[in-house]
Amino acid sequence: MKPASFEHIPVTSVDEALAALDGGAGEAKVLAGGQSLVPMMNLRLALPATLVDLNPVTGLDYVEETPDGISIGAMTRQRTVERSEVVMRRVPLLSAALRHVGHFQIRNRGTVGGSIAHADAAAELPAVLLATGGSVTVVSAARGPRAILAADLFRGHFETSIEPDELLTEVHVPAPANGARWGFREFARRHGDYALAGVAVVTTGAGADIDEAAVSLFGVGTTPVRAAAAEREIVATGSPEAAATAVVDEIEPTGHIHGSGDYRRYLAGRLTRRAVAEAIGGSPA
Amino acid sequence: MNTRELSLVLNGVPARAVVETRKTLADVLREDFGLVGTKLGCEHGVCGACTVLVDGAAVRSCLLFAVQVEGLSVDTVEGLSATGELSEVQEAFRRHHALQCGFCTPGLLMSVTEYLRDADPADDDELRDALSGNVCRCTGYQGIVDAVRQLVDDRRSADADG
Repeated sequence: MKPASFEHIPVTSVDEALAALDGGAGEAKVLAGGQSLVPMMNLRLALPATLVDLNPVTGLDYVEETPDGISIGAMTRQRTVERSEVVMRRVPLLSAALRHVGHFQIRNRGTVGGSIAHADAAAELPAVLLATGGSVTVVSAARGPRAILAADLFRGHFETSIEPDELLTEVHVPAPANGARWGFREFARRHGDYALAGVAVVTTGAGADIDEAAVSLFGVGTTPVRAAAAEREIVATGSPEAAATAVVDEIEPTGHIHGSGDYRRYLAGRLTRRAVAEAIGGSPA
Repeated sequence: MNTRELSLVLNGVPARAVVETRKTLADVLREDFGLVGTKLGCEHGVCGACTVLVDGAAVRSCLLFAVQVEGLSVDTVEGLSATGELSEVQEAFRRHHALQCGFCTPGLLMSVTEYLRDADPADDDELRDALSGNVCRCTGYQGIVDAVRQLVDDRRSADADG
């Protein structure tokens, strides 16, 4: 239960971080909030030779209102974002989802960029980024900055399209269109645990007249996934139950000791029904 | 062995040590500074026994390397009663029998100390939600909830009188 030895490189700027990553020959890991990486190091599931510690960096800690939504510096603590008035106003779905991330002591330390770069398939923030059609900015010393859409970011459990010499510096969450509504549900066996299944829903349109729907499931595959068939059902029928049925048909979660694949599929359906009902109104049963 | 000189403000007093970079803050507090009030339970951030304040924020000291608190202030359970008097949170825990074996108590005290700074829970559900990051296997939590509820109520009536 004690981490193996490593070289600790605290950096004070993005440039320093990139130089350290470049020098790490692929063996360097970025340390952000450490709320996922350090447990893995304590358990010796992760044995990085070098940790590039972003905590002393200034200028990566902000929440900014933009014309189309919000931009969040990668090192902004989850608790700061959870309490941000701008976030509650522009992307209330994100505020709601953050309250499910660990406990407040974890969110005091955990960062928005870290959670997304870590890409746990059962984590809330990647699913919200996918539901809102968000993106991240990554930067490398050799190639400069580039944007990656959420849809192109998550490749597998703990796996993203961010290259080893790249650093995630900013997260962009578009604010849903005027009149957009949202729902968020997850089920975990204990408060603060990763969800056995969860869902983030965003809809636009008035009443039962839905123009667009996004249904983003987490904890049911190797990445967060958009449930395309459920989205079509919501637009076509406005029915939470039809969305739930579509979800059950289109996912194939695997089982583990906390729940069988069938149970998690059932859960995803029920949670989708509730989240869609929460978004568009109707009975949450 | 990777080591580094560390200086911090520990329970309000400047402190220094030479520490291994791989050591967590929890281990350095216990082994290098002899502050064994901070407990280690799960060592992966779930149980909350190791919770301390870093620059006033309640965090898991098992998920932070000691070298990361360079120049920061760290408060542990030992600092709560540094004057010899119990803090108001400790006093409320004592009065409401909010502990039995005591292993989770230091972490709970630190979490509650931060939580009460600006919390105004609407009901016991919200309060229990805030307490859910600290696992207690003895009390069934009722005494803990009672203690924190009393602290919240006391502060509200003090605010109303003030």
